[in-house]
Amino acid sequence: MPGVDASITTAVVFDRGGLDALIAALKAKGFHVVGPRVADDAVVYADLDAASDLPAGWGDEQEGGRYRLTRRKDGALFGYTSGVQGWKRHLYPPRQKLFAARRDGQGFAILPPDPPAAPLALIGVRACELAAIAKQAKVFGDRDFADPGYQGRLASAFVVAVECGEAGGTCFCAAMGTGPAVETGFDIKMVEVIDKARHVFVATAGSAAGAKVLDGLKAPAAAEADKAAAAARVAKAAKQAKTLDAKAAARLKEHPDHARWDDVARRCMTCGNCTMVCPTCFCTTVEDTTDLKGEHAERWRNWDSCFTIDFSYIHGGAIRTEVKSRYRQWITHKLSTWHDQFGSSGCVGCGRCITWCPVGIDITAEATAITEGARKAAAGGSKKAATSGGKGR
Amino acid sequence: MGQPHDLGNIIDAHPFFDGIDAELRTLLVGCAANERFEPGEFLLREGKAADKFFLIRGGTVAVEVDVPGKKPIILETMGEGEVLGWSWMVAPFMATFDARATVAVRALSFDGKCLRKKMAADPALGYAVMSRFVPVMAHRLQQTRMQLLDLYGVDAEGGKKKKKGKGD
Amino acid sequence: MSAHAKDPMLPRPFRVEKVKRELSDTFTMELVPAEGGGFSFAAGQFNMLYVFGIGEVPISISGDPGEHERLVHTTRAVGKVSGALDALKVGDVIGVRGPYGIPWPVEAAFGRDLVFVAGGVGLAPLRPAIYQAMANRERFGKVMVLYGARTPEDILFKKEIERWRGRFDMDVAVTVDRATGKWGGNVGVVTNLVAKGGFDPQNTTAFVCGPEVMMRYAAQALEKKGVGRGSIFVSMERNMKCGVGLCGHCQWGTHFVCKDGPVFRYDSIADLFSIREL
Repeated sequence: MPGVDASITTAVVFDRGGLDALIAALKAKGFHVVGPRVADDAVVYADLDAASDLPAGWGDEQEGGRYRLTRRKDGALFGYTSGVQGWKRHLYPPRQKLFAARRDGQGFAILPPDPPAAPLALIGVRACELAAIAKQAKVFGDRDFADPGYQGRLASAFVVAVECGEAGGTCFCAAMGTGPAVETGFDIKMVEVIDKARHVFVATAGSAAGAKVLDGLKAPAAAEADKAAAAARVAKAAKQAKTLDAKAAARLKEHPDHARWDDVARRCMTCGNCTMVCPTCFCTTVEDTTDLKGEHAERWRNWDSCFTIDFSYIHGGAIRTEVKSRYRQWITHKLSTWHDQFGSSGCVGCGRCITWCPVGIDITAEATAITEGARKAAAGGSKKAATSGGKGR
Repeated sequence: MGQPHDLGNIIDAHPFFDGIDAELRTLLVGCAANERFEPGEFLLREGKAADKFFLIRGGTVAVEVDVPGKKPIILETMGEGEVLGWSWMVAPFMATFDARATVAVRALSFDGKCLRKKMAADPALGYAVMSRFVPVMAHRLQQTRMQLLDLYGVDAEGGKKKKKGKGD
Repeated sequence: MSAHAKDPMLPRPFRVEKVKRELSDTFTMELVPAEGGGFSFAAGQFNMLYVFGIGEVPISISGDPGEHERLVHTTRAVGKVSGALDALKVGDVIGVRGPYGIPWPVEAAFGRDLVFVAGGVGLAPLRPAIYQAMANRERFGKVMVLYGARTPEDILFKKEIERWRGRFDMDVAVTVDRATGKWGGNVGVVTNLVAKGGFDPQNTTAFVCGPEVMMRYAAQALEKKGVGRGSIFVSMERNMKCGVGLCGHCQWGTHFVCKDGPVFRYDSIADLFSIREL
């Protein structure tokens, strides 16, 4: 399991060929390697065969309601901001079979589960995405009931994190305290360093498994200059246009009747895009199917969105019929009640919900507007409180 | 008819008269009577003069509406400790519903006609009486509204219903 | 993976032993584990009941927590799955996951008056707590059941209520919104029964179960009577798909109704009651 054994070894440096060797080594160990590649005019996290599948020379432009791939001159492999959807797609797939059963007289028999899939190797995980994985691990393993599927996939996964070299237009991980530096939860972390002379990756192991794989690459130790260049890149990524006062946002639940809910409800189309791209949204529904004879039944768990009316249905009607109630539920849960439930914010500041909202609703702007009065009141004489970036918790 | 002394004790023991001042107490004792109603007897009749109100000491009274061709509709039942009747202080002082003893009922009745005159002559006294009756009227109104909600029915309150299937 | 055995989403088969019609749309099922073993639960908990190929529904347990041989559920058929449950016959097998949720704090009420306020089929989730209280009768002051139903025909567990009423160590009052037939009892809402009192408010614990609106008003009536918010408990209902806090559907403010409830202490949720569409 990544991050458990943080036996950090010395940083090593390798080039594109080294990256290819890394992917090959992981494949040879039986991992199902997943990473960024271009598909449908976007960067998505999908199966990788080799480093040549990576989105070389692709960057992206992101802002509220807008996403465009752009060409980069530097040929960077990890020069995009982040994939459209996070790793949730692989660690907690959109459709999961809970069980299959066969009719047996007046009863039924539960069929043996499908054999577990090959362990995942995730290539190119960003700091905010590692934070999201940790948050979901808590949701699916906190308190009394764990989801064995999620926990199993995460425990067996090999995580190669890649630190960001620049922030996207909708990023605010710095405000949420989740990035851009990668600190925990990885087997290997890398920084992509490109300058006139070279295009290399400065890599460090974060676990025994990571160290073993790095050793196998026989890469030279990174020079001080490499390390300094890597640190400089990450520092650059910390400069972000968007911010959010996470502490103030944690008090969203205190404002259920704010006039702003009506305002945002006039813009929100309840499409649920934000929940589909959010790397921490975890809600699911279930679907029951049978064959035509009614002999074989399956029960599936599918991603769901709190923006659907049916989400809150109890015999006879839905609880959250109005758009504003559903938007309020989503953002209040994400930024506020998540603290009560899981001890931290549910937002990692990846900005996907802003980018992929068809009308560009900005979670940071809405949270700020709604908690503004409270922020001012809390700040009182001290301006510091109102302007501080707010460190996650 | 009970003795004024007993009536005084009954009044002192009842929450409706909590904190009552001596003057009003004397007045109420003076216009109170102990009454008994056999099952089926009426304490109030719809459309008739409402000259009394009652403090029920035992038994059950049904507040009801007669429906031609059907059994009377019981709007609510009242029992020990409850105060019945407020039409005596609202013009034109006519009972709005029937009040029928469903079992033997013991009650204190108070002469509303006499009380009305005294209240008109002495606004402070009038206020004291009103401030005891308004909560009774408000309570009655709340109960009626709640009954209108049909709290336990399947189709009530837009389907937001409790039944013991929490979902499907 | 070995964790499969602990998968909280896998049901355990139970066979229908007995079905009893309670009301026109409400029935009680007695179930026994199809593969042997027993079933333990605490009063107020619920199970997810799975009908083969149809789906799953959360249903409170309505039987005696002192009984471990059979599992008793009382259900109103209002949807696809509960309708399918209604169609089951003796011998049919369903899947059960549970028991889940926070129970009624019966033992914490030892030494006090215990007042049950039920509305409609809300009596079913309270019945296990009533059984438990009566099995420990000497540990309580008064035990009162105040029950409101729409009409006399809608009164759940009628015969059992008659038996309770006949006991000297239990106070039972029933009221209906609309008197029909030969009904000679109380007419009026259940909050009227609360207002009449008969318990020591300072030393009373109240368990309230019924439609949400009824619970709100019942809690207010109890409070008005002098029962502290910390001594009033309600049982909430929200959409549930998993019952174990993984699916997110039953969220109510900061709470997951499935695992933080369904039983909540009134002072912890009173504020949420007044937020619309939460």
